[in-house]
Amino acid sequence: MANMNQKSISPEKFEFVNMNTRLTDVKFDDKPIGYFKDAWIRFRKSKAAVVATGIIILIFLFSLTAPLFTRNEATFMDTYYAKKGPYINGLREIGIADGSVRRDFSEMGLIAKIAIGMGAEDWEGTGKVTLEQGMESEYQPIRKVSDPFIQMDAAKREKKYYHGRIDAYAEVGFIYKSIEQPELQRMLDWEKETGLHLLYPLIEDNEWNPEPKSANYWFKCKKYQPVFVSEDGKTKNVVYKPGMTLDDNYKRDADGNAIKWEYTGGGSFETAHIKVRVLYRNYYIYQNNFEPEYIFGTDSQGYDLMLRLAGGLRLSLLLAVSVSVINFIIGAFYGSIEGFYGGLVDLLMERLSDILSGVPFIIVATLFQIHLATKVGAVPCLIFAYVLNGWIGIAYRVRTQFYRFKKQEFVLAAKTLGARDMRLIWKHIFPNSLGTIVTSTALIIPSVIFTESMLSYLGIVKLGSATTTSLGTLLADASAIWTNYPHLMILPALFISLLMISFNLFGNGLRDAFNPSLRNVED
Amino acid sequence: MLKYVIKRLVLMIFTFFIIIMMTFILVHMLPREMPLEKNLQAIIQARWEALGYNKPILTQFGIYLKNIFTKWDFGTSWYISPQKGAWEVLENGFLPTLLVNLYSMLVSVPVGIMLGVYAAIRKNKWDDSLISTLVMVFISVPSYVYAFLVQYFLYFKLGWLPLTMYSLADAGGSYFTWKMFTSMIPAILALSFGSIAHYTRFVRAELTESLTSEYMLLARTKGLTRPQATARHALKNAMVPILPSILSEFINLLAGSLIIEQIFSIPGVGQLYIKSLTLFDYDVFMIDCVFYTFIGLLAGIVLDLSYTFIDPRIRMGER
Repeated sequence: MANMNQKSISPEKFEFVNMNTRLTDVKFDDKPIGYFKDAWIRFRKSKAAVVATGIIILIFLFSLTAPLFTRNEATFMDTYYAKKGPYINGLREIGIADGSVRRDFSEMGLIAKIAIGMGAEDWEGTGKVTLEQGMESEYQPIRKVSDPFIQMDAAKREKKYYHGRIDAYAEVGFIYKSIEQPELQRMLDWEKETGLHLLYPLIEDNEWNPEPKSANYWFKCKKYQPVFVSEDGKTKNVVYKPGMTLDDNYKRDADGNAIKWEYTGGGSFETAHIKVRVLYRNYYIYQNNFEPEYIFGTDSQGYDLMLRLAGGLRLSLLLAVSVSVINFIIGAFYGSIEGFYGGLVDLLMERLSDILSGVPFIIVATLFQIHLATKVGAVPCLIFAYVLNGWIGIAYRVRTQFYRFKKQEFVLAAKTLGARDMRLIWKHIFPNSLGTIVTSTALIIPSVIFTESMLSYLGIVKLGSATTTSLGTLLADASAIWTNYPHLMILPALFISLLMISFNLFGNGLRDAFNPSLRNVED
Repeated sequence: MLKYVIKRLVLMIFTFFIIIMMTFILVHMLPREMPLEKNLQAIIQARWEALGYNKPILTQFGIYLKNIFTKWDFGTSWYISPQKGAWEVLENGFLPTLLVNLYSMLVSVPVGIMLGVYAAIRKNKWDDSLISTLVMVFISVPSYVYAFLVQYFLYFKLGWLPLTMYSLADAGGSYFTWKMFTSMIPAILALSFGSIAHYTRFVRAELTESLTSEYMLLARTKGLTRPQATARHALKNAMVPILPSILSEFINLLAGSLIIEQIFSIPGVGQLYIKSLTLFDYDVFMIDCVFYTFIGLLAGIVLDLSYTFIDPRIRMGER
């Protein structure tokens, strides 16, 4: 019936909707979303992955820009300031990063440390400096002392002890230096110029000096017990109390003035060796023209730990990224050829990768290091070891993808249109496997970082030198002493853990983004 | 089926042989130094003469293989325990490595499976996200960091446990004393954190997959309660990939963990590797390499074969 009605409509009633303009396909307003864009949108949605990427970028920037935050040179090593904690000048005054450590002191131990500050105030060598003056000195290592408490010592005698905090940098105190005449002149000029005191009176090497090699016992001691010595040679123990003074043991000339330098041997005026006693902090400033400042402290050898860490991170990242790129390339080629040609080629190549994958990584790394490290360097050796069978996983994935796609219609169509093998492989089939292999390539990075730190920790790979280091080497250096110097272990361990977590999250984010069907399916 | 097993075994032996040959050649190309002592020098000289060290390297390899097959002789240790057979030296390392890793596995497998099951059942609830986040952290943090943390808290702060494992003499001459066990606890803990996280993640992933399968719907439809269906159907199926992995993990743990053994001074196979390397005790190094290769290949083959035994649906030779 409806048809009948339609037929009865007269032609005049019809009119054209559009006669004036030509209608063409309208261009899309927004850009088409391709495979990678789609993945990127999904990746952005995963908060953990985005945060992890941010952390990775921050760590990467830190490893590159760390030298800008400090005036220290990466190759500068200061053995006196080794194993010290973080020391930042701006924060030091308010008690953060002041390089101080908690320690318990016996009474004589406490006096010996306080004496460093007292001695630093007494550049003239008068010996008339009190405890209060010494405590106010900026060179005073003791930052806090508790009230005494009584405890049994090893010989079961009751002894007084003090809890305290000590500035590990100021604790270095004084050192002896053997210098030549021009150097001495420079030091004297420098003292005048800056108003800081560098040269301090020398100490007599007599029965009252318990440790002639140390420049810190400037006061009279009887077997480390600070004493007053009267004219007739009788001794009286020094007691730690307000207003305490110490009996100085300075070298004096006939007039009773303290001697600050002494000729110790050597030829002419120019080359003669002169022994001086310098305050180390000022000596550091004299040498470097800036105050000591170590944001992360110093490592076990006396390098700036921040620069060492940045160097280690750089090495780890460089290694990890180059290994994954090389593995990606080899795996892509190998897997493509295997998967595309199949048959005998596939069988032979599979056997080869079967054999290679059986080789334990640790043995490869070891043998490469022994044989080649001296010829091509430790890092390239390590890369070889990683690459030897690291690409097999990627090749296997590519091969699987090729088997999935090579029989599909679009490939057949391309083939019919005359595409060559290479074009089929790279233009038509390979891009389909890109998602999976990008993910597995990204997940190579954390495992490389971990194994590298493990190998260098165990000493199988030796990466520590004046210019380069690795996180594992830093940890290995710290492993014997870290309970006394926790920052040596905590900082590298923290960075490496952070890096591992971030890269794993990043990899998982990539996987979820490229293969949404695999979301939440781990392993 | 038998054909497949034999094929795999033959291939494994072939691979093993090639890797061992390469390792042997590389190890024997290293320069060898004589100790300073005259008597020892003469003994070593005589021994090397017998092993054909002045002959071409492939002949040496032939002699090496012949000695292994006829006399089970893997060479001699000169430095670690002088003039003992390399096999004997390696043998001494088996027990401590096995014990520490076995204890750790006894802790981590049940705990990991329980956590994984719990997380899968509570999927997308707050406790699942908590577990998943912790798992991510614990999987990523390197094992030596746990070792340091364990040492720091249990030894330095609390003083409950020793810093490193006791030597055999200190603990009364046996690895099975209580004292020895307590000294192993730090190492066991350090190993367990990562393993627990690994198993939790694995179990959670497998179980969530089987919980959403259609046979679960069927099971619920025919009247099973949720716990019944989960325990009898989902868990059973989820175990198919998990059990082989536990099995191959068990074989792998015979090789020990280099870094944990070094940190806790466990006199095991891993420490032997480092020791033989630093002391240039090549015969011991060689046998350790042989052992590692063997363990790695065996674990792989067991993983593949056990799938078929556990779940006959998985066809042979299919990957």
